[in-house]
Amino acid sequence: MPVAAVKEYVGVARDTVANYHGNQILYMCWDGHLMLAAPFSLLVSPEMKFGDVLTGMVAPILQVHPDAAHINWAEARWEKDDEPWTPDPEKSIRDNGLHHKDFLRFSTPGLKGYRGLGI
Amino acid sequence: MDMKATQKKMSLKDRYRHLTRGLDWETTYQPMDVVFPYDKYEGIKVHDWDKWEDPFRLTMDAYWKYQAEKERKLYAILDSFNQSNGHLNVTDARYINAIKIFFTAVPQVEYMAHRGFSIAGRQFRGVGPRVACQMQAIDEIRHAQTQIHTASNYNKYYNGINAFVHQYPRMWYQSVGKSFIDDAITGGPFEWMVAIGFSFEYVLTNLVFVPFVSGAAYNGDVGTMTFGFSAQSDEARHMTLGLECIKFMLEQDPDNLPIVQGWIDKWTWRGTRFLSLIGAMMDYMLPKRVMSWREAWDIYFEQNGGALFRDLARYGIKVPDCVAQAAEAKEHVSHQLWAALYQWNFGTMFHTWIPSPEELDWLSAKYPDTFDKYYRPRWEMWAQMEKEGKRYVNAGGLGANCQVCQFPMIFTEPGDPTKLCHRQTVYKKEKYHFCSDHCQHIFENEPEKYIQSWLPVNQMLQGNMGGGGLEEFFKWVHLRPGIDNMGFEGSEDQRNFAQWRGMATTNS
Amino acid sequence: MSIVFIAFQANEETRPIVDAIVADNPAATVQHSPGLVKIDAEGCLTVKRASIEERIGRPYDLQELNVNLITISGHLDEDDDEFTLAWKD
Repeated sequence: MPVAAVKEYVGVARDTVANYHGNQILYMCWDGHLMLAAPFSLLVSPEMKFGDVLTGMVAPILQVHPDAAHINWAEARWEKDDEPWTPDPEKSIRDNGLHHKDFLRFSTPGLKGYRGLGI
Repeated sequence: MDMKATQKKMSLKDRYRHLTRGLDWETTYQPMDVVFPYDKYEGIKVHDWDKWEDPFRLTMDAYWKYQAEKERKLYAILDSFNQSNGHLNVTDARYINAIKIFFTAVPQVEYMAHRGFSIAGRQFRGVGPRVACQMQAIDEIRHAQTQIHTASNYNKYYNGINAFVHQYPRMWYQSVGKSFIDDAITGGPFEWMVAIGFSFEYVLTNLVFVPFVSGAAYNGDVGTMTFGFSAQSDEARHMTLGLECIKFMLEQDPDNLPIVQGWIDKWTWRGTRFLSLIGAMMDYMLPKRVMSWREAWDIYFEQNGGALFRDLARYGIKVPDCVAQAAEAKEHVSHQLWAALYQWNFGTMFHTWIPSPEELDWLSAKYPDTFDKYYRPRWEMWAQMEKEGKRYVNAGGLGANCQVCQFPMIFTEPGDPTKLCHRQTVYKKEKYHFCSDHCQHIFENEPEKYIQSWLPVNQMLQGNMGGGGLEEFFKWVHLRPGIDNMGFEGSEDQRNFAQWRGMATTNS
Repeated sequence: MSIVFIAFQANEETRPIVDAIVADNPAATVQHSPGLVKIDAEGCLTVKRASIEERIGRPYDLQELNVNLITISGHLDEDDDEFTLAWKD
């Protein structure tokens, strides 16, 4: 539906990839670990290898959680756009087909959160 | 009763009619549509503006008289509270953090409400709503002023509220309230009236100004009690105005119904999300509690809002879909909010803490179906971490913001409190993310509006918050890490309060 | 029937007003909360000028209610003698 307005109304998207100086946003959510209050936002270069994002950027964020030390990234299950998705850790963000503001959910089999409560 | 010595010349109804009818004229030099260009484009059809009736029928002389009396009372109490160092009589200095949240957010929203009603008062061509909007515009600026005056005394003694004007457009969590009122003020005058006059004033402000302010009274904060109740006395008029506006639109033309219903759906959800913050304040920040957030929600949203929707059913208005989700969320949102504020406390201008064992038990009793199962373990885990000197900080995990309500996506899936809720859509090849179905629907109804949202985390990642890192953010937002925020235990506020209260109660 | 309510600041000015309302609306219930007093009633609640005047011993303008009013619920109808809150369902 258009915005009700007295003349033509066109908005300017504030978060297009052009505003990120060659980088892009990648959102991630660690399912079953509500200790982290929300999905988190990563600023990544499209050339970065996906595996390097996991070890260099994601792992430091997760390390506050007692389960983090036991994560086996090779076994992690991923979801993108509500569909199962498989990343290639050796390939870049771009070559994994990840676009600006993509949202990934992942779960880590066997790790059930604090006291097994999903926290 | 004895006979009165003097007879009133005119009845209240007549006096009000004289104020609001026949005061203006049909313009001849310019067509009315040119003089009032903004009250038709939203699609609301009005056939007879004279059908507008303000049930309070407050005339100008009465308005000034009673508002002046309210102000005199309020400032007399405030002066006496300040003069006698009343702030040292609050139950516990932790309490002051609740009103820091209030003082840094609400006066700004009130000020914008003042601007919004000034604008609407100019835009409506009917005299009835013009007069009512004018009075409400004055009320709203009065609220901003009395709140700032109350805050200024606290600001002399406590950290965190000194930069509230600077921080309002910069502080990440403030974008929730700011985007709410900015969204409303950028609608047309009728949408504004539904957003603020109806959804916010009628359905939601009771939750802020009645149980929360009663809570302030319970905790010895006479200043906040006084401005809060004084403000709410104006809200009683504002609610009737919002309700009158809804009835007026629905009675004027059947084509108005779907437009009004769309606004009610949107603004009920926008307000519900916004008020989650008050939930956290009531359940976690008041040392003494009048009632839980869930109990307040039962009385003021479900019971009172329910009565309202039953009443409006005769016009064809339906209960918004979001009400079902809100009914489930009332068991969760205050806990989710406080957990979020605790872990992102490094970026706020107030202190947080872990609830004491007694407080945890209170929460268990008030939330028997959810607290022990989902939330108590979090606090036990983090209490253990604090004990080990590893206070939990989620410094790297900057939360993804919802494109509409702008909260970080901290809310869980309806029906599954163990899973964070996320929705997404694509508009003009760009991806957008939401905390809920209802925020997504709001976006999809007006995407051109919401693609412009100023999302704090994305702004930070663009380098627009003084740079790109946290240190730069602190400087840019005028925040003193560790002084204005983080644990209440060991804070300057805690030390000062203990020392001053000691001086007030002993001679040594 | 839905509940209507009215709440006032709990102070000396409102004590006779609350008494008058309770006398005029036998089905009303009064709840005290810190700093405020809230009166609930099913369907309808009326505040009468004459009843307040009887208790305070002076002429009273119902619009004085504004000074100590905290909140209301229901459709309002106000004239010189009565201030009525009601739901129409």
